[in-house]
Amino acid sequence: MKADHQIISQIISAGAHVLDLGCGSGELLAFLTQEKKALVQGIELDEDQMHQCVERGLTVLQGDIESGLVDYPDKSFDFVILNQIMQEIKKADFVIQESLRVGKRVIVGFPNFAHITARLTLLLAGKTPINEALPHYWFETPNIRFLTINDFIDYCSKKNIIIEQKFFLGKSKLINFLPNLLALNALFVITKK
Amino acid sequence: MKKDSLGIVHTQYLTFAEPPDTLQLKSGRSIGPVTLAYETYGKLNANKSNAILVCHALSGDAHAAGISKDDKTPGWWDNMIGPGKALDTDLYFVICSNVIGGCKGSTGPSSINPETQKPYALDFPLITIADMVEAQRHLIDSFGIEKLLCVIGGSMGGMQALQWASVYPERIIAAIPIATALKHSPQQIAFNEVMRQSIMADSVWREGYYYEHGQPENGLAVARMIGHITYMSDLSMEEKFSRKLKNENLSFQFKDDFEVEGYLRYRGYNFVKRFDANSYLYITKAIDYFDLSGEKFMSAVKKTAVRFLVISFKSDWLYPAHQSQDIVRLLKRKHAYTTYFDLISTYGHDAFLIETDDETRLIKNFLANVSPD
Repeated sequence: MKADHQIISQIISAGAHVLDLGCGSGELLAFLTQEKKALVQGIELDEDQMHQCVERGLTVLQGDIESGLVDYPDKSFDFVILNQIMQEIKKADFVIQESLRVGKRVIVGFPNFAHITARLTLLLAGKTPINEALPHYWFETPNIRFLTINDFIDYCSKKNIIIEQKFFLGKSKLINFLPNLLALNALFVITKK
Repeated sequence: MKKDSLGIVHTQYLTFAEPPDTLQLKSGRSIGPVTLAYETYGKLNANKSNAILVCHALSGDAHAAGISKDDKTPGWWDNMIGPGKALDTDLYFVICSNVIGGCKGSTGPSSINPETQKPYALDFPLITIADMVEAQRHLIDSFGIEKLLCVIGGSMGGMQALQWASVYPERIIAAIPIATALKHSPQQIAFNEVMRQSIMADSVWREGYYYEHGQPENGLAVARMIGHITYMSDLSMEEKFSRKLKNENLSFQFKDDFEVEGYLRYRGYNFVKRFDANSYLYITKAIDYFDLSGEKFMSAVKKTAVRFLVISFKSDWLYPAHQSQDIVRLLKRKHAYTTYFDLISTYGHDAFLIETDDETRLIKNFLANVSPD
């Protein structure tokens, strides 16, 4: 089980209603269904991955992330998950705001562009960083934006978003010391009053 | 995947709304008695919890699967219903009935009016999708089935599935509307109107009272040809016919030079042998009247536990994907857990009948996770 999935599973309460945007083949949602008896809805674009979701017994909508949230009533879900998709979507602010409207809480997970290896690659080699969390070359990466842990914390304070919990992941364990320098990935639980 | 057939099947009949009862219709009128032709496949389990209702499209009938005892033809969805198939008859009890207004054994304009002992013709009241579903409910009640595991159908059959979900959400666990819409668009109504005009412009139609003289074959054949064009796609017609000629040279007459012309004529004139022109009028009108958009859908419930699988096909321009997405949008507002696929296909609207590989995979996996509790 992936470390971020493990943490998300701990965040989510038993029997919660969960929406996962960009749910892929449904690995996380299947885990949440099994471990937490969560009621889950996925949104995904890729037809093959969607078929895998249905095979796992999951409920999945074919749709893109930007328009997928619009029609849900306020607070339809206990949790909306935006895991490892923030860096790939065009209207990131809109999607976060919509997620906060549709979900009581939003779980955001993204690779930290300010990790020390990324900083050093850029500084010393003058090349686009590649590491465990950012594994793609510039010409094949799905990422269209590069954000850091500090960027996200700034964003939340600017938009009056409350950070309820935060987790910083290193290669194999959680990082508590200098996370913006040492964490490869970050997970935030956010909400809005 | 097993492709076993169900073998020989036979059509059964249920008559209800016999005097003094009648079936109340949306138009305000009522009819009775009402007969429904239906077929069943598989076995109803002891809890009566494994029943799936299949709803047919415009020209369909109760014979959805297996080989007909009477004319030895396979059912219209035989590739989807049977042992090991999408609707697995080893697991499920599958029911399909001919709609009221139809001409395949259920009460419709060609049935005998008990008051006059003649065919109803245009004395038959206009019917709606809601009336069709109400008649089906009588059939489901007659089996003692309280809750259907699933209601499934394509095109007009999908409208019936939506109608079931809207009116009887507590009586179904899942619904699978395929290649369908919440309401008919002006373009869709226009096609239906041209088909009706074709029938009504045929002098043999005689304002609908033609049964002693034979039916308006030319008008009905042309209507069916129009229908067939809308069921295919540009690409599927190119692949099937291109500009291929029936004979070596052009005739320089108004003959069916092109294969596509021959095909339409063949399909059109074959259709008149098995379908009543007035039924075509009544059923297309019922489809045009259908509108469950906005607040009309599931008006009595704020949240629904009914699970939905909505399917559209990319090359279907008659019931385009955005109409299925409208259904999904409405379901989101009802907090419904919904699976939606826009399946890849080149066959146009006909895809739900023909292109069944992805459809099978999807429906099978979806149903595997729909349980009676």
